[in-house]
This record gives sequence, structure tokens and C-alpha cells, in this order.
Amino acid sequence: MSAYSRRKFLKISAATVTAATAASACTEASATPPAPARRATKGVERVPTYCDVCFWKCGAIASVRDGALWKIEGNPIDPLSRGRLCPRGTGGIGAHSDPDRLKRPLIRRSDRGREEWAEVSWDEAFAYIAKKMHTIKETHGPESVAMFAHGIGGNFLKHTLKAYGTPNFAAPSFAQCRGPRDVGFRMTFGEDVGSPERTDIKNAQCLVLIGSHLGENMHNTQVQEFAEAVGNGATIIVADPRFSVAASKAKHYLPIKPGTDLALVLAWMNVIVTEGLYDKDYVAKYGFGFDQFAASIAANTPEWAYPETGIEPEVIRATAREMARHKPATLVHPGRHSAWYGDDTQRSRAVALLNALLGSWGRKGGFYTPVSMSVPGYPYPAYPTAPAKVDNPGGKYPFAHEAISTGIREATITGQPYPIKGWFVYATNLIHSLPNEAETIKAIQNLDLLVVVDVIPSEIAGWADVVLPESVYLERYDDLNVEWFREPFVALRQPVIDSPDDQKPNWWMAKRLAETLGLAHYYPWKNIEEYLDHRLTAAGLSFDELKKEGIIRGAPQPIFFDDGAPSEFATPSGKIEFFSLQLQKAGFDPVPVYHRPAEPPAGSFRLLAGRAPVHTFSRTQSNRILSDMMDENEVWINADMARRLDVKSGDYVRLKNQDAVVSNRIRVKATERIRPDCVYMVHGFGHTARGLRHALQKGASDAGLITRYATDPLMGGTGMNVNFVTIEPEVTHG
Amino acid sequence: MARFGMAIDTVRCVGCMDCVVACKTENSVPEGFNRDWIATEVTGTFPTLHMEIRSERCNHCDSPPCVHCCPTGASHVHDVGGVVLVDYDKCIGCKACVASCPYGARFINPSGYAEKCTFCIHRVEQGLLPACVSVCPTHCMHFGDLDDPNSEVSQLLASRNHHSLLPEAGTKPRIFYLT
Repeated sequence: MSAYSRRKFLKISAATVTAATAASACTEASATPPAPARRATKGVERVPTYCDVCFWKCGAIASVRDGALWKIEGNPIDPLSRGRLCPRGTGGIGAHSDPDRLKRPLIRRSDRGREEWAEVSWDEAFAYIAKKMHTIKETHGPESVAMFAHGIGGNFLKHTLKAYGTPNFAAPSFAQCRGPRDVGFRMTFGEDVGSPERTDIKNAQCLVLIGSHLGENMHNTQVQEFAEAVGNGATIIVADPRFSVAASKAKHYLPIKPGTDLALVLAWMNVIVTEGLYDKDYVAKYGFGFDQFAASIAANTPEWAYPETGIEPEVIRATAREMARHKPATLVHPGRHSAWYGDDTQRSRAVALLNALLGSWGRKGGFYTPVSMSVPGYPYPAYPTAPAKVDNPGGKYPFAHEAISTGIREATITGQPYPIKGWFVYATNLIHSLPNEAETIKAIQNLDLLVVVDVIPSEIAGWADVVLPESVYLERYDDLNVEWFREPFVALRQPVIDSPDDQKPNWWMAKRLAETLGLAHYYPWKNIEEYLDHRLTAAGLSFDELKKEGIIRGAPQPIFFDDGAPSEFATPSGKIEFFSLQLQKAGFDPVPVYHRPAEPPAGSFRLLAGRAPVHTFSRTQSNRILSDMMDENEVWINADMARRLDVKSGDYVRLKNQDAVVSNRIRVKATERIRPDCVYMVHGFGHTARGLRHALQKGASDAGLITRYATDPLMGGTGMNVNFVTIEPEVTHG
Repeated sequence: MARFGMAIDTVRCVGCMDCVVACKTENSVPEGFNRDWIATEVTGTFPTLHMEIRSERCNHCDSPPCVHCCPTGASHVHDVGGVVLVDYDKCIGCKACVASCPYGARFINPSGYAEKCTFCIHRVEQGLLPACVSVCPTHCMHFGDLDDPNSEVSQLLASRNHHSLLPEAGTKPRIFYLT
């Protein structure tokens, strides 16, 4: 082992290679190493693959010029990108050349979180991990290892851990993001909104966005369709405390008071029901419990909603009528990041019900029924029987249909219902993605093993015992993308270029770890090409064709009820549940009921966060191409409030939350584009991991200020818009 | 002879900066510099606001001050499409063009020459669209021959309200913003 401090780590290059090579010479890897990409050293080669800068997974074609990565563009035959990537996808090549990347496996050699490492060979890293995993299995059982993952790249590591015997896998994308929305829609229509969302934005004649900032939130196909709808003259209605980009395209901008969205949706439904504007045939044919629903919302008039939301009754009526005029081609967008206030499932359910009144579910211009290609999974041996999952003991959150990441964290802290002693973290920076960093660190201190697989030295990697450096998506194969979408297709990710250092693809790590654990029989394939070929052959598809084209499209199928898509609802009643007996039985409101959120104390602002089109979460700030677009975030403060606080655009300030947590310094954006009672920042900045040299201390982290969260009693989602901050002047020296 | 220009639809544009990123990768623009950028203009008082988002770059002016002031002839009007270009070998990095451009479209490349948007003439001469146009996810950018009344850009300018930037500077810019 070559030991070195963090300071030296900053300068890792050739100096430490010798030691690492010497170490790996002691053992011999049995997993077939990934084949080099082998690109021509002269001329331009174009290699199809699919993107990984976010989870949308757009089909792309990368160009290699004279042996070096040049650019990446949308694959014209890909239904997701439609030949055009988003700015993050276009800038994705910066992930390959990022000088701050993790380069070689690391083992912690000092206290957790001090970011002091020994650089080791892959075999040493796997041997270390396997030894700890054996001990955990013997002492506590295999279920005491849990995994957090984001994205398709986690598939193989999940397979290894299932083979090891744990049932505990979670993604922050459920409880911290889209979970409340998916549960709300599932309880109403029997199905999730899914990802990519099943929204037919391009055919919408009226599009309603509630806090959803499409255009800044850059989910490629949705943004393309949004622009198409705007270009076609669709009526856009936006309710948002901030005058978003989408709001600038709106006919009606409703500057709603934060946290009162449910009141607005209830009032909209009240108008539509009271005035008889709903799709009566649709509701009669597909609806369950409409009369009880109508009675429940009878008091939620626009006049009732006005003092809650700040939206005038006549505006609520006018927009409700406008929605009804365009039905069923009125899409009330379900949003995506919906973990806001702790009552988010009920708010999302109200959005689902408003769509149901408009008859938009299953209809053109509303929600389509997604279809997918049939590609069988690989026929692996059966996994060992595992005990019940740890994250939701006794079904405390009765409607959580996916694992709750914060539930695993809780169990790791309390040891209940059983101890969690090992974490694998794949491609999710838990320090930024989970609320209340202190709880995350407390949980980490209870672990016997924390393994982080990442491409950059993220904050969570800084807390790891073992860091495994992954090849970026442009350097590796991954699992097939068989997405549920408008039409069936399968997409391939394949290596465009070699990894610059000793980074390895996730499939190789997962297979090698399984072999080290004595689970080699769970990997009957030698390398991933064999795995992919097997799956594709079983589906009657050609691996060679997929390598050449990147995408294979299936035959279109009907995706709207009117075209023959099945109008089925997997709810207990088999219908759209305006009134939910299962909610009533579990002791919850069968029809959503509004509860007023706590307001910020005088002098404080509600902290809101969102997305920029050029960054994904906290994982792209060191990509030099994308950081050239946006290098740090700003705190948006209403111009009038900024004048009162005597701060102006460009000034540095710090934010202090209700628990006295103070942020890194952040520049002010004094703007008319936000209400005076809240401030806003883009998520993902304010890095503290020292290895992220370029992104270090640039801007502030919203996550660091989210010490409080409101847990959704239906599904365990963590509402994060419940933190209040004051603006503290930044003391400057010299 | 063609006279290339652009019509950019501010109604569709969301300011995502894909045009900026695509230019950067296509043309290997050095870190810290960009040949195009997004401008956002907000008028009004909350919540009654209007916002125009524009993708901006060199306007490839019909009367280009950068060409007029260049002491070496490096800045010139190209034969194809009347595109304003810089001959990097002739450029001495004197910055006269940088100062003369009312749009701030030029910068000095760390290698010492003036750099700016070329309308991706290397692509256009191969029958491709400029990188920024071809990548735009909102399809808000249109490129073509302003002298051809049947071109898409001419048709858009004939049928839609539009404006250009700093027409009072007398440079006769060739990028138009549809509103």
C-alpha cells in the first residue's frame, strides 16, 4: 500500500503508480478485464451510446477525433433525445476529461471523513470489502448490508448484493424526490407517472405547471415537447412562488404563496365541479366515489383559497375554466421532485384528481399509456431467501411501494428493527441528496463498512472506508435501457473511449466482488458483452445491430384509450378513485384535505431549491465544460427585500437556518422574479469535499441548510421546503 | 451570393445554454471562454413581468466595424455567405476588433488571436447547420440565406415580429430575434 495524505492525494499522478502496480502484481484478477475501446488515431469515428449525465438516458452519438473524445450529439433515431441532447448531455464529454476524477481504489487510513487515504490495487480493495462483509454476515446476517443507488449503473452491484443475501436497496429518488407523486397517482389511477413521465406535453392544448420549472429542469424530451407546445400556442398556466422560465411563457402566472398548492388545486376542482365543467362521461365511466369527493371539496371555494394562496378568486375561476375549455387535452403536470411539505402524496393525489376531472389520463394531450420492448432478464440462479426489508418496519408508512432511503438511515442509527452495518453507495451523493446531514453522518459512524462507487471524489466518498473509482459512462458498457415510453425501444451504452487511469466499469467491479465473496456462480457470463448478447438474443434482437445503431425501435402500439390502449386501473375498485377506501381504512383523508403550513418567522425566508439546465444534482460541478456555463449558484432574493436588507446582486452573503446552520458564502441575485417571503437557490453547489478542487466552496448547499424535514405519513417522503433562513452579511477582509 | 443570418425564436427559447455548450465542444473553445451566450432581459415588477431570453453571438454584420478597424486584414468577410471570420495566422491580437464590436462578441484566445462565432462555416460548407442550431432542444434557432426569399429564415422574418440588437449602432446585424 502506498499511504498518503489528502494533500498528496491532490497531486496523485504518476508518482503513486509504481506502488499500486507492485501491489496488484501480488494477486491475479480472475474477472475478464474490460476490453480497450481501440479507436483510430486518425480521422473521426462516431460511436452510438446513451447518456448518463441524468437519468433520462438519451440516445447519443459520440465523436472521437484522432483518438481523442471530441463531442457528443443526440442520436437521430432515439425517441428520447429526438437527435438533440440537453446542455448537460452535450457537455457530458467534460466528465471524461475532468482532472478531479477519482483515479484508483482508495482505502481510508484515518478517521472517517478526514479524507486521508491509502491507494490500493483493485484486488486489495475487494479483499478488504469481502473480509468486512463476511464478518457482518457472520455477526448480524447478510441483511445488515444495505445499498443506496441512483441510475441504471447500479444494476450489477445490486445483483451481487442480492446474491450475498440482503433485501435492502433504496434510492433517494423515491423518498426525497418523485415518491410522493408516484404514490398519489398510484392511489388514484393505480399506476405511477413513471420515468420518463408519461406526459403528452406536445399535444397538450393547456399545460398547467405547479412549481415544476421545465426549461430549467432539463428533462430532455419534456423540454422539447414543452417548447413544441409553446410554439403551437398552447395555453400555459404556471403556479410558482418564482417567476420561472416556464412562467415567462405562461398566459397565466399565479405567484402562489409557498406551501399552499393543495389549496389552489382543491379550489380549481371546486370550480370545475360546481360549474359542471368536468368530463362527465369519463367520470361516470371510470370514476369511483365521485359524489363523496364532490361533497368533500364543496367548501374549498376560490374565496376560501384566496387568503391561503394569495391568488385572487377570479384568477382561480378563470384558469379553472380555461383548463376545462381544453379538456381532455389539458395536462396538469404531476411534477417530479415532489417532496416539499410532508403532505405531498395528498397534494399529488389532488393533482391526479384534477386530471381525472378533466379526463386527461389516457387521453391525447394528457397522459399516455407507456409501452416497452420485451427483453427478458438474464437467467441468474435464484437469490437466497432474505428477511423483511429494514426501511419501513411494520408498514409504518403503509403506501410506500419502494424502499425508503431515510428509513435505512434511521435503522442504521437505531439498530431497529435490525442493525445495518454496511452501506454500499453507488452514484448518489448522500450528503447532498438526503436531508439532515448530521443524521447521515451519525448513521455512517455506526457502520463497519462504507463502500462508495463514484466517478468523482464526492462528499459521500469522503466519508467512505473504501472508494471504488468508476469509469464514466463514455468509457463503459452498462445494462440495456429498456424504457417504458411512447414507443418500445432498447438502447445500448458502450465504451467510446478508454478510462484515463485505473477506473473500472461497475459490471466488472460487481462481478469481481462476487468472485471474491465466493459467489462466482451468480456470474455465469465472462464479460458484459456475453451478458448483453444473451439478453438480446433471447429477445430476438441483434447485439451487432445495436452496437452499430445504438437504438433498436419496436413497432408502435396504441398509447391512448381512444386508440385502443387498455383503460384499466389497478386500484382496489378497478376505477379512478375520487374517494379512496384504502386511505380511509388506514386512517388517512380519503379525499385530500388542505392543512396550512407553518410560516417563516418575521425576518426569515422560506428556503426553496430547484434545478439549473446545465447541472445534474451535485455531480457535475467539476465538469469543466458545464462549470464554464455555471460556476456557482446564487441566492434569489426579491428586489424590494434586497433593498431593505441592503444587499445587491453580486454581493456575497451567508444563509443561516432556524437551527443556526450557516451556509458557505453565496452571491445575491436581487430580482423581481421571486416573492418576498422566500429565497431560492439551485441545488448541488457548495461542495466541501477537498478532492473536488474546482468546485470546492463555490456557492452554497441547500442540502446543508435542510436540517428539518416533514415526513409524509403515507409513504415516508421527506418534505424539504420547511426550512427558514435569514440573510447574514459576509464579512470581507482586505 | 448567399447572405447567411439567423432567426431565433425567443418564444420557444428556454435559455438552457445548449447552444453555448455545443459551440464549445464543436469548436474546442478554451476553458473560461465562450463564443455565444444567453442574455435574459426582465421588465416589470413582481408578479407582472415580461422576460425575453436570447441566445447571442457575433451578428456577422453587413457593416462590420471589426473588419473595418483590423490593421492586418485578419478580420474579413468570407466569400461564402458573407460570414465575418478571423484569419488566425494574420491576427496579431491587437484587440482593436474586440473594442470595436458593440456586441462584445470577441475575445482573445490564450494563444494570442481574436476568436468569435464563425457560424460554424466548416459545417455549413459541408451542408450541415451550425452546431448551436443543430443541437437546440427547443428548435428555437433557424439559420439560412437572408437574400433568398424562400429560405426558412426569410419566411420567418416575413411572417413574425422581430428585432435585432443595437440597430442604432449602424452595423446592420444579421441575427434577428422573433418575438
